[in-house]
Amino acid sequence: MVDSIRENSPVGYMERTRRYYRALGYNNDYNWSHYDDVPFAAPKRPLSESRVTIVTTTSPPGGPRDGDRMLKEVWSGPTTDTPSDLYTAFMSWDKETTHTRDRESYLPILALRAMAAEGRIGGLTERFHGVPTTYSQRRTVERDAPEIVRRCREDAADVALLVPM
Amino acid sequence: MSLVARALEAEGIATVVVGSARDIVEHCGVPRFLFTDFPLGNPAGPPYDRAAQAAIAAQAFDLLESAKGSRTTVQAPQLWPDGEGWRRVYNYIGPENRDALRAEGAARRERQAADKRSLAAS
Repeated sequence: MVDSIRENSPVGYMERTRRYYRALGYNNDYNWSHYDDVPFAAPKRPLSESRVTIVTTTSPPGGPRDGDRMLKEVWSGPTTDTPSDLYTAFMSWDKETTHTRDRESYLPILALRAMAAEGRIGGLTERFHGVPTTYSQRRTVERDAPEIVRRCREDAADVALLVPM
Repeated sequence: MSLVARALEAEGIATVVVGSARDIVEHCGVPRFLFTDFPLGNPAGPPYDRAAQAAIAAQAFDLLESAKGSRTTVQAPQLWPDGEGWRRVYNYIGPENRDALRAEGAARRERQAADKRSLAAS
């Protein structure tokens, strides 16, 4: 089967990835998460009064220190004096076409700060949070997602902007 | 990340996902999704394009306010600045790299097996 690639039509990443891993000789296709029901929370207060946090799938700056262990843990960083280079090398993204040297292209702190200055949003929380993507959905559901919820609550975040790589 | 969106919403924290892998996000199902049709790696806007990044952030919050129910997707109008050729690049498979991919997969499985052996021995 020919991969359908048309101008201006979204890339089918699931099919592309299945074909790629089959080409590498793997036989078991990855099963992406799928749910019939999707929870929905209406914003609790006007955006202009809401505290906003950002969640990224990148890892902390500097890359692996203790094997690759620390790269897969939930982590948090400051939204002021934010490091300019979070760690993205382990992740799957289009390394031939683009680069991640501009942090704002995946963690839009400056854009949100400007929106806070204009009064469009109430403000940013002091921390953003990181949840590096793992192969195990069970781990994400049982461990990492609840930890992100806990940290967002601790920061009194009303709203979360989630930016997966 | 879609799983994190679900967990936050279930606890009453409204979310909006800004991402470029439309099929994967929609397959999981999230409350609000701003789809930015860029190569993977720069979901919040092309590198150093502050105007596009600001516009995308603004659209994300417009969506946060306007969505009436789950699985609301909006596509950002911004285009990748260097044309559409990128759509063919990611995980490309063609006649010229099939053999190399097969060899790479074999080497990878060998490394994984060796890692398992050294773990078992430690």
